[in-house]
Amino acid sequence: MAEIRTEEMLINMGPQHPSTHGVLRLKLALSGEIVDDVKPYIGYLHRCFEKHCEAMTYSQIIPYTDRMDYLNSINNEHAYALAVEKLCGIELPERVEYIRVIMAELQRIASHLVAIGTYGNDAGAFTPFLYCFIDREKVLELFEMVCGARLLYNYIWIGGLSHDITPDFIRKTKEFITYMRPRITQINGLLTYNKIFIERTINIGMLPVDVAINSGASGPTLRGSGYKYDLRKHDTYSIYNKVDFDVCVGTGEYGTIGDCWNRYIVRVDEMEQSLRIIEQLIDNIPEGDVQSAVPKRVKPPVGEVYVRTESPKGELAYYIISDGGIKPFRVKARSPSFCNVSLLEKISKGHMIADVVMILGSFDIVLGCIDR
Amino acid sequence: MEEFLKSIIGDNIITYIIMPIPALIFVSLFALYAVLAERKVSAWISNRIGPNRAGGKMGLLQTILDGIKLVQKEFVSPVRSDRFLFKAAPFIIFTAAFMGYAVIPFSSLYIGVDLNLGLFYFFSITSLGVIGMLMAGWASNNKYSLFGGIRSVAQIISYEIPTALAALVVVMLAGTLSMQAFCVAQDGGIFNWFIFGGPGGLSKIILIPFMITACVILFLSTLAETNRTPFDIPEADSELVAGVHLEYSGMQFAMFFFAEYAQMFAVAGVIATLFLGGWQSPFGDLVPFLNSPVMQIIWFLAKGFFLVFVQIWMRWTLPRVRVDQLMTICWKFLIPISFVNIFVVALYIIFFK
Repeated sequence: MAEIRTEEMLINMGPQHPSTHGVLRLKLALSGEIVDDVKPYIGYLHRCFEKHCEAMTYSQIIPYTDRMDYLNSINNEHAYALAVEKLCGIELPERVEYIRVIMAELQRIASHLVAIGTYGNDAGAFTPFLYCFIDREKVLELFEMVCGARLLYNYIWIGGLSHDITPDFIRKTKEFITYMRPRITQINGLLTYNKIFIERTINIGMLPVDVAINSGASGPTLRGSGYKYDLRKHDTYSIYNKVDFDVCVGTGEYGTIGDCWNRYIVRVDEMEQSLRIIEQLIDNIPEGDVQSAVPKRVKPPVGEVYVRTESPKGELAYYIISDGGIKPFRVKARSPSFCNVSLLEKISKGHMIADVVMILGSFDIVLGCIDR
Repeated sequence: MEEFLKSIIGDNIITYIIMPIPALIFVSLFALYAVLAERKVSAWISNRIGPNRAGGKMGLLQTILDGIKLVQKEFVSPVRSDRFLFKAAPFIIFTAAFMGYAVIPFSSLYIGVDLNLGLFYFFSITSLGVIGMLMAGWASNNKYSLFGGIRSVAQIISYEIPTALAALVVVMLAGTLSMQAFCVAQDGGIFNWFIFGGPGGLSKIILIPFMITACVILFLSTLAETNRTPFDIPEADSELVAGVHLEYSGMQFAMFFFAEYAQMFAVAGVIATLFLGGWQSPFGDLVPFLNSPVMQIIWFLAKGFFLVFVQIWMRWTLPRVRVDQLMTICWKFLIPISFVNIFVVALYIIFFK
């Protein structure tokens, strides 16, 4: 009997697709339902930020950094501001540091809520998506109270903040903390410990620790493989050395450490840790003026600086070269999603199409960050 | 109703043509309002409101207006697709879904066609939908649709087996395949329904866990037959962007859509007939008014709507299972459990009847 001629099927999960979180093109080579190769094609959202930065002053770059990872604006601004302040040698008032960390942790919660909600949506559970977005609305209301914007803030300025917080904000944040804890339990009951969801995500996309480290993975992607590495603890910046929190790793409660479920559970646990951090800081904000250290003109000395921070997606770093003028010579942003998405090829082989969708969701990529 | 028509028109073909018409009218209205019900119920589950502008607060005209919008759309067919198959596929699925309504017993006086093979006819007809799905998947000349079609065919033909096996339990207890006979056999109140073991003395208590299991298996298998979440892989809209119905626009898409909702109520009606007493009132003969033919329609519709509500509820709560897990559930869990059920019920019939 003659051998049936079989070919590999090339299928395109094109730039417009409900499950690639943004405009990402994946070229899949399939035999039947099993994936032999995945090639991501990026660049559909490239906006030439880094080139633009060479034409603007240091303070004008801050709205641009917002728009890189648009679900995560505060952390982007924070990293950039820290880099410029280190270059200029600016000392920040305590109050500014406290408020920046509170905002960063609130942003971390908002970003993880999007990750969790859209991950459930990829799996076919439509309701947790809406529940997560209800909670996210509360966070966005808090942001709107302070700086007037819901998504892209232009809030963290070099040397300080654009607006000060009000006692109302402090009261509402405390209400949010008591509101959010039972909601995390509810999401756990609805999605995290749901048998069908567990079956969809365990033992898929196994990421060994050495592959992760060699490929430059960071954030929940790396911690899901069991490696305890969080820049807030290991390369501490701002006032993270004064707060007490745990580094969440994949526990192996279900599935094996390094699979999609463990990466997902790292994000859920991190939300709880962020609430802890906010709780410790919210009552102890020192008095001061948030604008006192903002320089009239940012003119750093000649030099270069590399500052790395822990954004919800991973290690976000800025490398700034200054030539002594009011505009930077070069700003380079090291984006966590860019390094994480390069792992997709290595760990998707041998899985099915449905699994590729889940693996991509577990990396929690944002195309704005990848393409800049 | 059949005798009434025969007395007027005579025992000829016209009577048999007129008989199923009320069922078809019902299913058309139901498909219309089931879409709205799904949108409203799913909205309430996810803390939203749903359509509330198109006809008062409940959006009662929403689906009709959506239908009008869809009718206006341009008919697009892909280049190099098989034109005839592409155009024919929605009709086949639609027909298969609607033909099942001929044997749904709405009341003791009304059933579309009182076949003595009613259940067998129903399961055969719903299998015709498979051909339509495969045609739609292949003729769309699109790899995503093809995937959806292949998965759908595998799913539907696999799940026909647990469906038949779970229904077989009731067939053994009732001794017949006629849908009206199932309902008539369950008279006498709620404890004579087949989910509680059917008519009989106290000895049927040992049957109750097996009958409940059979009901659950039937419910899950028919969910898989109608491609509802958690088994909606053919329509997995986060992987395959609407799968089989990808290339269809306008009224053809509406036909797929209505066929799905028509099938939802058809299987809900079958489960209600087999396990929940059909048009029998739960109070039995204690309250004779509640057992009159008009009230029977209301009981049947109430049971059917409740099961449709449970289907919508499950869709919006649970994630989707993967294709190989779906097959595992069918072949490794549902079928062995159904065989155990049949075995136990057969033993019961031998020893207690």
